[in-house]
Amino acid sequence: MSSQDIPEENLPSTQDAHGGAVTKTAGDPFADPGLPPHEPRIQDVDERAAQRSERVVAFLFLLSMLATVGFIASYVSLPVDKSIYVFPIGHISALNFALGMTLAVALFCIGAGAVHWARTLMSDVEVADERHAIAAEPDVKAKVMADFKQGAEESAFGRRKLIRNTMFGALALVPLSGVMLLRDLGPLPGTKLRKTAWSEGKMLINQNTLQPLRPEDIQVGSLTFAMPEGMKEEDHDFQQEIAKAALMIIRLQPENIKDKRELDWSADGIVAFSKICTHVGCPISLYEQQTHHVLCPCHQSTFDLSDGGRVIFGPAGHALPQLRIKVNDKGYLEAMGDFAEPVGPAYWERG
Amino acid sequence: MSTTTTNQSGAGAPGRRKAPAGERVADWADGRLGIYSLAKANMRKIFPDHWSFMLGEVCLYSFVIIILTGVYLTLFFHPSMNEVVYHGSYVPMQGMHMSEAFKSTLDISFDVRGGLLIRQIHHWAALIFLAGMFVHMMRVFFTGAFRKPREVNWLFGFLLFVLGMFTGFTGYSLPDDLLSGTGVRFMEGAILSVPIIGTYISMFLFGGEFPGSDFVPRFFSIHVLLLPGIMLGLLVAHLILVIYHKHTQFPGPGRTNKNVVGLPLMPVYMAKAGGFFFLVFGIIAAIAAIASINPIWAIGPYRPDQVSTGAQPDWYMGFAEGLIRVMPGWEINLWGHTLVLGVFIPLVIFPLVLGAIAVWPFIESWVTGDKREHHLLDRPRNAPTRTAFGAAWIAAYFVMLVGGGNDLWATHFHLSINAITWFVRIGFFVIPVLTFIATRRICMGLQRRDKDKVLHGRESGIIKRLPHGEFVEVHEPLSQEQLHTLTAHQQPQPLELEPEYDENGVARKAGAGQRLKVKLSKGFYGEGTQIPKATREEYEEITSGHGHH
Repeated sequence: MSSQDIPEENLPSTQDAHGGAVTKTAGDPFADPGLPPHEPRIQDVDERAAQRSERVVAFLFLLSMLATVGFIASYVSLPVDKSIYVFPIGHISALNFALGMTLAVALFCIGAGAVHWARTLMSDVEVADERHAIAAEPDVKAKVMADFKQGAEESAFGRRKLIRNTMFGALALVPLSGVMLLRDLGPLPGTKLRKTAWSEGKMLINQNTLQPLRPEDIQVGSLTFAMPEGMKEEDHDFQQEIAKAALMIIRLQPENIKDKRELDWSADGIVAFSKICTHVGCPISLYEQQTHHVLCPCHQSTFDLSDGGRVIFGPAGHALPQLRIKVNDKGYLEAMGDFAEPVGPAYWERG
Repeated sequence: MSTTTTNQSGAGAPGRRKAPAGERVADWADGRLGIYSLAKANMRKIFPDHWSFMLGEVCLYSFVIIILTGVYLTLFFHPSMNEVVYHGSYVPMQGMHMSEAFKSTLDISFDVRGGLLIRQIHHWAALIFLAGMFVHMMRVFFTGAFRKPREVNWLFGFLLFVLGMFTGFTGYSLPDDLLSGTGVRFMEGAILSVPIIGTYISMFLFGGEFPGSDFVPRFFSIHVLLLPGIMLGLLVAHLILVIYHKHTQFPGPGRTNKNVVGLPLMPVYMAKAGGFFFLVFGIIAAIAAIASINPIWAIGPYRPDQVSTGAQPDWYMGFAEGLIRVMPGWEINLWGHTLVLGVFIPLVIFPLVLGAIAVWPFIESWVTGDKREHHLLDRPRNAPTRTAFGAAWIAAYFVMLVGGGNDLWATHFHLSINAITWFVRIGFFVIPVLTFIATRRICMGLQRRDKDKVLHGRESGIIKRLPHGEFVEVHEPLSQEQLHTLTAHQQPQPLELEPEYDENGVARKAGAGQRLKVKLSKGFYGEGTQIPKATREEYEEITSGHGHH
């Protein structure tokens, strides 16, 4: 398409410049010159260009129809579990890919067609609309104020104070019923957060093998997870009990244990700490063998398990609680009681 | 009626001939709904054109997409925490214990044809919705579109952003997978830190101890009913106000504070905005077709004693995540009680930082004392203090996003996590200040550039050699349109305290509020905060003088 093809009388120079009431304000060089004259597009002056635009729009709408047919065809023909390789994404679900792409094309082409139609064929002559002040005119305001005053007077709201005060009282009290109804959303905290499933004599059960742990099962440098004897994954309260009782066990050389109480509470150099981070309760799962540090992967609180579970880095506020353990007469590890302090995140009543 | 088909061609003819069917339907509706008055006011309503005005549309359309796909998902999702053993079609998880919520999400992903696509569209659209609101909010902020009369609409938008964050959080927690469960645990830990009532809120929210068996159905009601219901109401109010106030526009020739220049709703914006809905939907569908999101089958069902490394919330919660990660673990134990400052302070800072941007319009109008309506937008450079504040706010936000991903930064860039954490701790206070100073200087530089352009014209790139051998660049004078555009903005002047004694010598002490206001006003608009724009006299002196280009 070149401009030579355009009939002479359609060229912009021969047309009226509409819209642009160009007011030359003498004097002020910064004055608003008014809306600039409309610059015609090729479609405004050349019917063949306009027809080309029309065909592009129609083509896009047609493509959308075809894509919808493709969507239905994919839906009925592709098995839901078929996997295909698409470069460079890799192996993906064929159905998801086909449905998604056909839907995308069907939708996108409608949008592209409509926008192209608007941009090339609909008038692009800019129009100015007047704005009106948001605030009301003074006479409107005066009328409203007078109406309000009259209404208030007729209600006797200001005069009969007894009605007003009792009404406020009633309205203030009635939501209390709603607040009361929320009471049974849950139980009161009581001492629930202080207790876990551990108690004296409960054996430490390996979470992977579900067998009771013996001291010789635990190697120096390994991290073992344990739960109390008697807990089963099928139990309805398993999730909330394991959320507090989860335990991690490591073996240290007794001479490497820096904290005296930790040494007292260990058995053959085996120490058991709560797995629940004292920051906001994520399970701690990363263990550094050389330093005996454990790291919580959520917020990177780091604890030294050879020094009473002390916090050495990160946002946690206090040491990991230790579980006092011993080797029982059958040679298994068992707890000598519950944790001495609440496990997990700190809270107001923790003390 | 049989007669109507015969006189289709007789539209507009007098007498017994009937109007076309469409008109009769419209007449029927008008007699009951008054649609003609509505259409008179709005059918040819003018909207100004600028690419940045589309950002809000992206939010609107992604919200519609979220509602549509969300309704579909509720048809298949079971919001229940009952434990079941999986025997479905995803082989690697067969025999695993999981909640019904998790199982039904697996079923949606693997057994319902198109279920995975709708799930992914829903989640991608949510991310785009939040990102769109963030960028839209920044557009409104940096151009000053929040000024009178639009302050209330700014607050509606801000509320939509905050509620969107919580709707997103409750939504991605529903599948009860290991990643989102860890996020819920984090929320529970944060709630526990609240002094006095923390444990009570936690017990009431979870129906007992964490995780209990109530939170998925409760989050479900909040996610599909409560929050979207409020958001829908706010959204409608937001749009009604946009229509009522008429859209803002950038200054330019013919564009004043009293008019709005653009193209009419019908047909141009019906086609453009309507089409844009399909464009947004199409692009999100394409993303959902090729990019998996929240692959819960790779994450596994939630167990409170298990966790994966690299756990991250969705991006819009990353800022809160950063606060909680970098805060030192302060705990105060007194009189048998614990004040968990290490968690509670981030919990308080989170709404404070968000709120700082929300209240800015009110601070600005108080400091300027400007009570006029503003429908012409500011270019960000022409409001240096506001722009600098916004940039500082974004800087604080992004520093905290870095903090929220400190583990990923550490592993991807081989940095020490301790170093990153300390960088964020210090950076949260220092970087916004540096950003503020730098942004304000950049704005003033740009103002100087504008003034230069107005007074000396545009650099044409043509080099001229003068007779005595000197090379100069030819500057072309700007058109009157450009001159007007570059000088149309107003420059607020700092307030002054009234003299301590009035003309009669009577002491008149300004109150503390007034003194603060004047001080702030001097900080906002006083010396060194803006370049006085070119005046007519300067322009005329230079253009008449010639000679020194």
